[in-house]
Amino acid sequence: MEKARPLWANPLQFVFACISYAVGLGNVWRFPYLCQMYGGGSFLVPYIIMLVVEGMPLLYLELAVGQRMRQGSIGAWRTISPYLGGVGLASVVVSFFLSTYYNIINAWAFWYLFHSFQDPLPWSVCPLNSNRTGYDEECEKASSTQYFWYRKTLNISPSIQDSGGVQWEQGLCLLLAWLVVYLCILRGTESTGKLEQLANPKAWINAATQIFFSLGLGFGSLIAFASYNQPSTDCQKHAIIVSLINSSTSIFASVVTFSIYGFKATFNYESCLNKVILLLTNSFDLEDGFLTASNLEQVKGYLASAFPGKYSEVLPQIRNCSLESELATAVQGTGLSFIVYTEAIKNMAASQLWSVLYFFMLLMLGIGSMLGNTAAILTPLTDSKVISSHLPKEAISGLVCLVNCVIGLVFTMEAGNYWFDIFNDYAATLPLLLIVLVEIVAVCYVFGLRRFESDLKAMTGRTLNWYWKAMWAGVSPLLIISLFVFYLSDYILTGTLQYQAWDASQGQLVTKDYPLYALAIIGLLVASSTMCIPLVALGTFIVRCLKRGDTPPVA
Amino acid sequence: MSLKENFKPYGENAFKVRLSIRTALGDNAYAWDTNEEYLFKAMVAFSMRKVPNRETTEISHVLVCNVTQRVSFWFVVTDPLKNHTLPAVEVQTAIRMNRNRINGAFFLNDQTLEFLKIPSTLAPPTDPSVPIWIIIFGVIFCIVIVAVMLLILSGIRQRRRMSKGPTEVDDSEDKCENTITIENGIPCDPLDTKGGHINDAFMTEDERLTPL
Repeated sequence: MEKARPLWANPLQFVFACISYAVGLGNVWRFPYLCQMYGGGSFLVPYIIMLVVEGMPLLYLELAVGQRMRQGSIGAWRTISPYLGGVGLASVVVSFFLSTYYNIINAWAFWYLFHSFQDPLPWSVCPLNSNRTGYDEECEKASSTQYFWYRKTLNISPSIQDSGGVQWEQGLCLLLAWLVVYLCILRGTESTGKLEQLANPKAWINAATQIFFSLGLGFGSLIAFASYNQPSTDCQKHAIIVSLINSSTSIFASVVTFSIYGFKATFNYESCLNKVILLLTNSFDLEDGFLTASNLEQVKGYLASAFPGKYSEVLPQIRNCSLESELATAVQGTGLSFIVYTEAIKNMAASQLWSVLYFFMLLMLGIGSMLGNTAAILTPLTDSKVISSHLPKEAISGLVCLVNCVIGLVFTMEAGNYWFDIFNDYAATLPLLLIVLVEIVAVCYVFGLRRFESDLKAMTGRTLNWYWKAMWAGVSPLLIISLFVFYLSDYILTGTLQYQAWDASQGQLVTKDYPLYALAIIGLLVASSTMCIPLVALGTFIVRCLKRGDTPPVA
Repeated sequence: MSLKENFKPYGENAFKVRLSIRTALGDNAYAWDTNEEYLFKAMVAFSMRKVPNRETTEISHVLVCNVTQRVSFWFVVTDPLKNHTLPAVEVQTAIRMNRNRINGAFFLNDQTLEFLKIPSTLAPPTDPSVPIWIIIFGVIFCIVIVAVMLLILSGIRQRRRMSKGPTEVDDSEDKCENTITIENGIPCDPLDTKGGHINDAFMTEDERLTPL
């Protein structure tokens, strides 16, 4: 008799869980960046095509597998074939890496949220230097928002080798973030998360990648969620709904992001103009208020001809203010969230209110994603009879949160942001592609597409549309293989990997090479998840051979 | 720093002053004329009088020259008895001590009435003894801890109630199902035996094993 499995109270809860998982920080800080880099509105064309050809079929596949097998990722793949338990294990490993470093973003969001209750906002003014005659040097060279991010929040070291100590303020925020996640898991809430990845030069590659990671495929979270479904749930409909909502959220977020860019660019352009006006007014003792933005060029020409000597001395200090160059600054990732957005917010009226709302939104997205990630880890653990018979679920959840929190303290060190970038760029890109490729091949060719089709029909009562079959069997695997090849060749061709380090003396980012041990850790990250698949297959094979060898053949 | 710093008609003890009246007052801006200059000289003399040994400074000792459209000019304080200009350091300290009074006389502030070479002491940021963020962090932290404790305790209490519950109809398998029922916080209605919805027509203890 099958042990009863908890179920979602109604299908809507499941859909909300998947949406909450899929819609995450990537929608806010990755998709608008891609739109900007690859031609604005025209990026939507490859994006939507990839959504229909790659995103929806793979999402449907994962949901269907979870609903059919009614187990977490490890159990589900082991049921399909005993040699494929490694796929589930690889998913869990990747989810583990993700949850380790992802929650630090929530810690940062909490930090900014708590600092939003001050007037003026701490990132809008530079602190004074030691003798109170001017502003702090690093802050002058960079900007107040960058200073607050790199010095007050991260207290970043000049390179990845200088580890520095654990920042207790960030550690506290990280602890709070994990407590909130634990609180939500206790109640078994739904959530989903998303991960965005590095770019290849082509817009199509990026669209494919964005869809792939945006939906959170391969982590095992979707399988975990779907395993709690009633077998008769129409997961085809849900797959379409979730992917459509995810994409519309991305597009909506882009609209908002672009208006913020516009505001920031206009503001910076105007203050640049004002600086030039002040410089010229002071240098030539012009009447105060005489120079305005409209007659600036005229007056400059006049001054250049009337006082050539003096003008040439002042010329190097005059910046060419251009609205286009302000608009062209495209940023993604933590830089967008914590530097660009905060800079725009500090110039708005009622900035404290906007700041609180914005970071609250970031927290909702981030925590929502974290819950999906932890579900991917916890479901296989609670499914396993060995572990769940010894420990109650609260203890397992608490243990997982504690381990992740302690490891996450690495990211609160002074060099923590560099390690964060390593994890963000490498822990999930290649492994996920491989995992999903193996998943699709396993379902179509190992389990058998016809068998899966008849199981689905028995389960949900609906026949499988030819479109899904065509995608699963042919198009999607080919797409993933080509993505995989592109990524691999990109990494190999780039040679030594480099990173951006913050130089306090110059007040800007500089490029440096990764030291050898960092490269080794990157290799370890990728290998530890991908190697699970062949190793478990090999292990199962050996165990079976031994068992067959032990039991003599029955006559 | 403007270029005109290099041009010192009266030597090192002269200071350049720059006013941005229109920037500060907009439509209420007043015009800079000789009367305003007189007021300025009076404020400087007043500041010098506050310095020990300089209580006899008169308005006529303050010299202003090279007034431009900007409005900017140079000034210097002389000592007619000894026929030299007062040292810059003294003038600097005097002006710094009375900066607010001088600013107030002209409805300006440190940014719009600039004494080049006399840096103004910037207002220190108001630092409360306990940073605000820690207070908010503490509040949220306590709320979350309390919520976690409550949930864990309610989970334990529910489990204890389940295991103490009706033992006649339950066998060990059903007990396991009950704990799973509660565990995820997600109710599992079909197997909620506590509700007493056992359909005896389908299954009783004896009929588990097919009778011979």
